[in-house]
Amino acid sequence: MTDISEHKSQSPRLVLEAGRAEAQYWRDLWHYRELFAILAWRDVSVRYKQTVIGVLWAVIRPFLTMIVFTVIFGRVAQLPSEGDAPYPVMVFAGMLPWFLFSSILSESSNSLVMNSALVGKVYFPRLVIPSAAAVVSLVDFAISFAMMILLMIALWFLPDWRVLFLPFFILLAVAAALGPALLFCAMNVKYRDFRYIIPFIVQFGLYVSPVGFSSANIPDAWRFIYGLNPMVGVIDGFRWCLLGGEATLHTPSFVLSLGVIAVFLWYGIHVFRRTERTFADLI
Amino acid sequence: MSDVVIRAEGLGKKYVIGHESAERYTALRDVLAQQARRLVRSARDMAAGRALIAGDEREEFWALRDVNFEIKRGEVVGIIGRNGAGKSTLLKVLSRITEPSEGRVTIDGRVASLLEVGTGFHPELTGRENIFLNGAILGMTRAEIRRKFDEIVAFAGVEKFLDTPVKRYSSGMYVRLAFSVAAHLEPEILVVDEVLAVGDAEFQKKCVGKMQDVASEGRTVVFVSHNMAAVKSLCPKAMYLNGGTGQGTEETEKAVQNYLKSIPTGPRKIEEFSRFSNDYVELHSIELADDKFAVSGRLLKWHPALTFSAIVAANDETELFWTTNRDAGPTLGRDMEGEDFSLILEIPYNLLNTGRYKLFFVLFIHNQEWIVKKGDLAHFTIEKEFNHHLVHDFSSRPGALAPVLGWKTYRASLPCA
Repeated sequence: MTDISEHKSQSPRLVLEAGRAEAQYWRDLWHYRELFAILAWRDVSVRYKQTVIGVLWAVIRPFLTMIVFTVIFGRVAQLPSEGDAPYPVMVFAGMLPWFLFSSILSESSNSLVMNSALVGKVYFPRLVIPSAAAVVSLVDFAISFAMMILLMIALWFLPDWRVLFLPFFILLAVAAALGPALLFCAMNVKYRDFRYIIPFIVQFGLYVSPVGFSSANIPDAWRFIYGLNPMVGVIDGFRWCLLGGEATLHTPSFVLSLGVIAVFLWYGIHVFRRTERTFADLI
Repeated sequence: MSDVVIRAEGLGKKYVIGHESAERYTALRDVLAQQARRLVRSARDMAAGRALIAGDEREEFWALRDVNFEIKRGEVVGIIGRNGAGKSTLLKVLSRITEPSEGRVTIDGRVASLLEVGTGFHPELTGRENIFLNGAILGMTRAEIRRKFDEIVAFAGVEKFLDTPVKRYSSGMYVRLAFSVAAHLEPEILVVDEVLAVGDAEFQKKCVGKMQDVASEGRTVVFVSHNMAAVKSLCPKAMYLNGGTGQGTEETEKAVQNYLKSIPTGPRKIEEFSRFSNDYVELHSIELADDKFAVSGRLLKWHPALTFSAIVAANDETELFWTTNRDAGPTLGRDMEGEDFSLILEIPYNLLNTGRYKLFFVLFIHNQEWIVKKGDLAHFTIEKEFNHHLVHDFSSRPGALAPVLGWKTYRASLPCA
């Protein structure tokens, strides 16, 4: 739709045409980075301004989930932890990426419809909205992460050098969430009842992903297939980083997860960009 | 240097209207149900040996078609036309909100569009925060906003409330702040909708003044409006959009004449609104006779500031007065939600002179948004007989109005008290 090329007077020339290939899409996106920053800041500040519950929620939810999972999976079901790692730490290390994933998924998928007033009234690359919404989830993640540190200190279970790889896995969790989120975002604009599917996916996903238990419990024959769930790779990665050598990474399943994440991300962006131009007409 | 900054060639924009669904948005479940129904139907048709006709439930609607124009650097151009002529769609295409379905537009320069004041304002954020937010949304950089911050605040006159969440602002303050941010944009090309006319008369004057400033600085302005007086005073050139088609700009005077010629006369039912609906209301009919103006429809969502208004103007479109359904207190209450209503305004026969008048229907949420903009108009005539007992009466008098007032006569000379 747009093409920006340098003009004599340095003002960009814009050509608007049906279905025009957006050759400069990424450059355009870069141009709108300040809008991204300010929308992200808006979402974060509104979230934590409106309620004390905002912060509290980010603390309570993972904490309670950890206790429940430790009791149910660790005590009642007697599932083993990763090596010698205390069960609560193992659960928490899996919950961190899971909550990051699920909150990005729900926040971002609804973000376009929530911002419909903007979409109908001003131009900017629409990708800015769902990505800015994901930032709120990162802030929640930071709070949970601080709790993780406290927990590890309390149980005196410290990670080793592998923790240095953690940023990579955080990025991986964001990528894993953003792919489906963009897909749902685009679908949500077109079919408003699509949003009812998301809570289901989140709830369902919590049980099919190795959050409350270690994926070492999965029989070896199935572990590769288990990697089809992209969160398996991410959660295993987190545990590998944080549990100081107690957890091992099952390479084939991890590679499969990586592949699934990449495909979803590509497909999500692809669908989003293809439908993006019609958002204003539908919203 | 040819200096054409906006060039549109064969521009068209098509919308697809679904016939079966009257819903405003699609639900997946409806689509699935529809697909199933269609499958059954075509299976039946096939069994009966009939040809399958695809796409019978959808209709294309061209909001714009074959629009061609050129706008040169520094020109101030008005876009006029009746409701539904495609003005808003053209604005949306020019501001890149929606892409054209055919043809192309070439634009040289940074475009800022102002289709609404206060886009993206968040009620929980303070005035200060909203200035930065709104500025960024309109395309200003943070450095630019910081540079103009004091100016913006002073123009809006909200210094004392900078750190108050805007949800506590009065609606006037809110609009002033929103407009002030928009007014400090410095694009090469400014695309403006007449949203700016929301608000009181003083505020409107301020907006028009600001636009004049922008124009006099040699920047290009595209201004869409129903207000012929504003277009005439601001824009040396204008384009008349008729049924989605427009062929270049011309002298404003000529364009305005073309526009006025297209307006049907006589009492009539105003058809264009018969299918109109948005979040708040669904209009069924709007009728104007010589003694009554009636709007009927259904209230979908209640809003305290939802206002139906009639503007009565002289035949040359000089506005005589505005009157709204809320003047005498709230009329459409929350309890009317989901119900049908009719609003009937009696044309004040006693107030008006004999002659032809125009009536504009507008519907808006006060200080917030236009739902139906001023533009669609219809005529009515008043045949006045002031006092049919008198032989020496004259039915038409000089002056726009001819109110019948209470004169009293006393048989003594009284001091004026």
